[in-house]
Amino acid sequence: MTFIAENTGPIRKELLVDGYEVVIGIEIHCQLNTDSKIFSSSPTDFGHEANTQANIVDLGLPGVLPVLNEGLIERALKFGLGVNAELGLYNTFDRKNYFYPDLPKGYQITQMANPIVGKGYIDVVVNEGSKNEYSKRIGITRGHLEEDAGKSVHDAVEGMTGVDLNRAGTPLIEIVSEPDMRSASEAVAYIKAIHQLVTWIGISDAIMAEGSFRCDCNVSVRKPGDELGTRTELKNLNSFRNIERAINSEIERQIDVIEDGGKVIQATLLYDPETDKTRAMRTKEDANDYRYFPDPDLLPVQISQETVDAVRAAMPELPVERRARFEAELGLSEYDARIITGSRELADYFEAVLAIIGTEHAKTAANWMMGELMGALNKDEKTINDTPISIEQLAGLIKRINDNTLSGKLAKQVFAAMYEGEGGDGADAADKIIEAKGLKQETDTGAIKAMVEDVIAKNATMVEEYKGGKEKAFNGLVGQVMKASRGKANPQQVNEILKELLG
Amino acid sequence: MSDLHTLSVAELVDGLHNKNFSSAELTEHYLRRIEKLDGKVNSFITVDADNARAAAKLADQQRAAGDTRALLGVPMAHKDIFCTEGVLTTCGSKMLHNFVSPYDATIVKNIRDAGFINLGKLNMDEFAMGSDNKSSYYGAVHNPWDLDHVPGGSSGGSAAATAAGFAPVTTGSDTGGSIRQPASFCGLTGMKPTYGRVSRFGMIAYASSLDQAGTLGRSAEDCAYLLHPMAGHDSRDATSIDRAVPDYVQVLADAKNNAGDKPFAGLKIGVAKEYFGEGLDSEVDTHVRAALKKYEELGATIVEVNITNPKVTLATYYMLAPAEASSNLSRFDGVRFGYRCEDPKNLTDLYTRSRSEGFGPEVQRRILMGTYALSAGYFDAYYTKAQKVRRVILEDFEKAFKECDLIASPTAPTAAYKLGETLDPVSMYLGDVYTIAVNLAGLPAISMPAGFTEAGLPVGLQLIGNHWNDDKLLTTAHLYQQHTDHHTKLSAIAQESI
Repeated sequence: MTFIAENTGPIRKELLVDGYEVVIGIEIHCQLNTDSKIFSSSPTDFGHEANTQANIVDLGLPGVLPVLNEGLIERALKFGLGVNAELGLYNTFDRKNYFYPDLPKGYQITQMANPIVGKGYIDVVVNEGSKNEYSKRIGITRGHLEEDAGKSVHDAVEGMTGVDLNRAGTPLIEIVSEPDMRSASEAVAYIKAIHQLVTWIGISDAIMAEGSFRCDCNVSVRKPGDELGTRTELKNLNSFRNIERAINSEIERQIDVIEDGGKVIQATLLYDPETDKTRAMRTKEDANDYRYFPDPDLLPVQISQETVDAVRAAMPELPVERRARFEAELGLSEYDARIITGSRELADYFEAVLAIIGTEHAKTAANWMMGELMGALNKDEKTINDTPISIEQLAGLIKRINDNTLSGKLAKQVFAAMYEGEGGDGADAADKIIEAKGLKQETDTGAIKAMVEDVIAKNATMVEEYKGGKEKAFNGLVGQVMKASRGKANPQQVNEILKELLG
Repeated sequence: MSDLHTLSVAELVDGLHNKNFSSAELTEHYLRRIEKLDGKVNSFITVDADNARAAAKLADQQRAAGDTRALLGVPMAHKDIFCTEGVLTTCGSKMLHNFVSPYDATIVKNIRDAGFINLGKLNMDEFAMGSDNKSSYYGAVHNPWDLDHVPGGSSGGSAAATAAGFAPVTTGSDTGGSIRQPASFCGLTGMKPTYGRVSRFGMIAYASSLDQAGTLGRSAEDCAYLLHPMAGHDSRDATSIDRAVPDYVQVLADAKNNAGDKPFAGLKIGVAKEYFGEGLDSEVDTHVRAALKKYEELGATIVEVNITNPKVTLATYYMLAPAEASSNLSRFDGVRFGYRCEDPKNLTDLYTRSRSEGFGPEVQRRILMGTYALSAGYFDAYYTKAQKVRRVILEDFEKAFKECDLIASPTAPTAAYKLGETLDPVSMYLGDVYTIAVNLAGLPAISMPAGFTEAGLPVGLQLIGNHWNDDKLLTTAHLYQQHTDHHTKLSAIAQESI
């Protein structure tokens, strides 16, 4: 892919490396989550025995023909709307011709001339959560549908290379960015934003380790103001961490080459995370002439405005919009809103809880999710999708805080029990635990007053200290009351009554 | 009965229905003829005798049990370009000398479902590239009218087998005239339907945007019997069109019943001077004009129309067809099926030698031409320009069809030429000059016998219709055949009894 436009914003001096400006453009191959392949009825699920997920079409037998899986149109349009792009309503498919054993037909069907997604952008947050956080708009050049190739397997047969065509024909959208990124951190922020978007709108599982979300990074360096430098393409980057390390390692290598008076050679490089080094896969001299031409087996697909309108109407609220709404309408802090919109499932869970307890308790709900719930899930390496505490159960717990049945401290005990499955599956789990463990908060003024009087009588020294001006002694007395109530007295009431009695 | 092979499909249908003969007898008759006589013709690559006998036996049982499919038990044979499950499918190439297809082409299934019995797979130019059937890995095919002559191509085996009385009807494929030209050379009726009428799924691709399956028979009516089950939408072919299929046989019967003394009254036949110019053999010219005279006598009006200069059309075709072919034939790489070279040293060696050894010279020539046309730096000058001309060709036809109902021309500039005559590739390409525009425009066309040269070789008349006028073409040929007898003549081999 040739990059045509260039981001011409002001240069951030702090991003320069030894006086060089870094320029990064990214191609993401994202698998779309249809049940069957892009041009055949074979299933797309991952992890099966080699060549069991490939039918006569995927094998490229003589005489077979491709037929487009229409479910992909809707998914690609969703992506286009998600990145504010011009949509390509007139779609054609082209053949990219080259020979390789994992490419059964000798050509890949892709969209060269008329892609389904045109120019767009996505707003990303760089260095999110840290002091030097800033936001940036990254241009999207295009997004096009294409089929994946199979895999060459180099270690299965002694002295030979095997071919597994299970992946051949898996539907992909290739997302091409503008060369707008100026550091590894910006690249990672962009990739994370795209990753969040495609999972959020439900078009991809985007599991990097399974190869359903693959990033190729084009990296070059130049002195500020100069023409674009020669770029290299980094492949085999299968985690956010490796992407950042690989880019930084490549930036260093390119600067060293230039500083030593050499020239960067255009090449495709494989990153080896073991050694933190890149090695050349092929150079420009090996480049194929792909002889693109329109695939005569597939007629142009004209997408109607009705289809676009229907997809638009069915679009979920995007992360950025939802975050803004949580801040503006629910009064969440920017930080809280960002965490709660970390995934669509988390945000949906949050709003479902609010639907039960009322939006005025948004802050309480957010605190419980971010604190206890996510803390517990993270500890168990689980996500919100595997939560043992249902929406109704968390709402039931928060209700008991709101009606003063539970203090914060008691509520944490109830939560821990509930997380372990106590109290049953129902919405009344919190109530059952409170009942079973006798954790109901004491809010009867008379009863609390009696306890307070008892504590004052038994702790004359502390009372004297307090009266003598030692504020700390007050807390000690509160602690004594709480201890006497076995933690169940309402702490606020204890405070008030104690103050009143000590006059 | 020794003359079963001279019966029309309608007569076979009646004979089976009236129990004058069984499918087993009929099938055996054809198989014996193939066994005895195809040594001279070489029209079959594979004779699927055992399966044919078993299918015929089953057909007889089904008929006895009350199965009313009219075509149940009628034999036919397929060009070896159609994938046939469990049967060797070579496409006339060494590249596929060992390819037993694991699946049926859609038309193979449809034809079987209609009740036809497949006798085997027919010889053809390698990957359908050629006009005289000499490029086949399985050897040249001999014209049953005169064994020293070519049968035409690329469906040369289909035409020869039908003309020799080895099968009543056969399938063919037509990318630039590959049904019509051999039909013309072998005294047959050959029908190339509208692009999208017949599924391409399972037909090994030469040039996808031009390829169309069709039929060869002794008459338009025979073609109608086979075309009917072939035609129709196929969800596995994105270029096949979902459009109702007329009952072609019934259409012909109705037309015949309604025809008076002037069956073609009101029919305007367009004639383009471009199709009667330089390079046209005088005998062919005479017979084609005589046929047009006959149409006039029967009520038709001849009007002059203009079509795109055939030389431009030829150049366009030989740019686009090889371009598509160069990509379509990339899958033959020695990796998954077909020919693989001995002891490849590395991947490049595997590709290079498998393809150099597996493909014949004509196929290699077209792959090279097509690769060149698609190459960076040449693409716009060749491929893109040819696509533009292709649109002009279509527009010229659209204009012509405002003036007339059908366009008539010779099918080929000459009658069948001698096997020993070695044509350089360009001369051979010139033989396609009247047929290729039809494929570029996606139109239906039919070739039918219009007379014989002094040497006794058949001459073909081509009729070109507007899109979806397949039924009109068949009717126009059928009614002509009610008033003429060229199509009833038998080739030398067909006259040989066994």
